[in-house]
Amino acid sequence: MLQQSKVTTVQSDLDIVAARSMARDIAKVLGFRAIDQARIATAVSELARNILLYAGTGEVIARSIDRNGRKGIEVEFRDQGPGISDIDQVMQDGYTTSRGMGMGLPGARRLMDDFEIQSQVGVGTTIVCRKWC
Amino acid sequence: MNGIRIPILKIGNVLIASIQIALHDSTAIQFKNDLLEKIHETKARGVIIDLTALDVVDSFIGRMIADIAAMSGLMGTRVILTGLQPAVAITLVELGLELPRVLTALNLEKGLELMRRQSEEEETEDVTAE
Ligand SMILES: Nc1ncnc2c1ncn2[C@@H]1O[C@H](COP(=O)(O)OP(=O)(O)OP(=O)(O)O)[C@@H](O)[C@H]1O
Ligand SMILES: [Mg+2]
Repeated sequence: MLQQSKVTTVQSDLDIVAARSMARDIAKVLGFRAIDQARIATAVSELARNILLYAGTGEVIARSIDRNGRKGIEVEFRDQGPGISDIDQVMQDGYTTSRGMGMGLPGARRLMDDFEIQSQVGVGTTIVCRKWC
Repeated sequence: MNGIRIPILKIGNVLIASIQIALHDSTAIQFKNDLLEKIHETKARGVIIDLTALDVVDSFIGRMIADIAAMSGLMGTRVILTGLQPAVAITLVELGLELPRVLTALNLEKGLELMRRQSEEEETEDVTAE
C-alpha cells in the first residue's frame, strides 16, 4: 500500500522545529500516545540537528507505514555531508566531535524501535528509524 | 520568526521566565544569555523556568538548561524548573540526559513555594553557622 509521505528540507534551526512538528503530526494521526509522540519528536530533533550541524543541509522524510497490518511511523534522514567513518564509535554514548554531549545518535536509537544507519565518507549519511503503534 | 525573546519577569528576588513557544536553537541561546545577564544584574536569589508549553526537550535545550543551572550555581542563584510534562520528563531520561542541580516542581505556584522554603532553609543554616 502506498503511503503518503512528507518532507522537510533542513537548512536552518527553524527547520529542526518544522521537522519534528511534521513527524509529530503524523504520529498523532496514527494514534500514538503522548509519550511516544514525545519520543518520536525528540529523536527527529536530534537527527535533524545532526544534519544541520555536520552536513549543513539535508532532508527529513516522514511517512506512516503498514507492514502486514502493523502500523507505524518511519522517518528517514538523508544528507550528502562528510559521512561517518566509524559507525560503532558515533553510536556510543558521549562520543562527539563538536563538544556536544554525544547523545543524539544513541539517544535517538533508544527512543525509536528500529534504527538503521548507512554512511559513506565523502558521500553522505542516511538514517531510517521507525516506531510501531 | 527569529529574534523572538522570552520575557523574564522579576518578582521580589526571584526571576520568572515562562517558555510559551517551540524553542528554536537561536531563541534558546538568546534566552540563556538574557537570563544570565539578568541574574548578574539583579543578583536574584532564584530563577524559575516554566516549561509547561514545551512538548520536546532535546539534547540542545537540555544542555541549555544544564548550562543555566551550572552558571547560576556559580552566582549563588538557585534554578527551579516547573511544568515539565510527564512525557517530556520520561523522554529526557531515555535520551540519556540528567539534570543535576536542578529542582523541579509541578507548576509555577508550587515552584514559588519551593523557592521560598529553600531560601528559608538557607537562612536557618546561615544562622546556625554563625
Ligand atoms: N549526519 C551526520 N553526518 C556526519 N557526521 C555525523 C552525522 N551525525 C552525527 N555525526 C557524527 O557523530 C557524532 C555523534 O553524534 P551525536 O548526535 O550522537 O552527538 P553530538 O551531535 O556530537 O552531540 P549532541 O547530539 O549530544 O549535542 C557527531 O559528533 C558527529 O561527529
Ligand atoms: Mg547530535
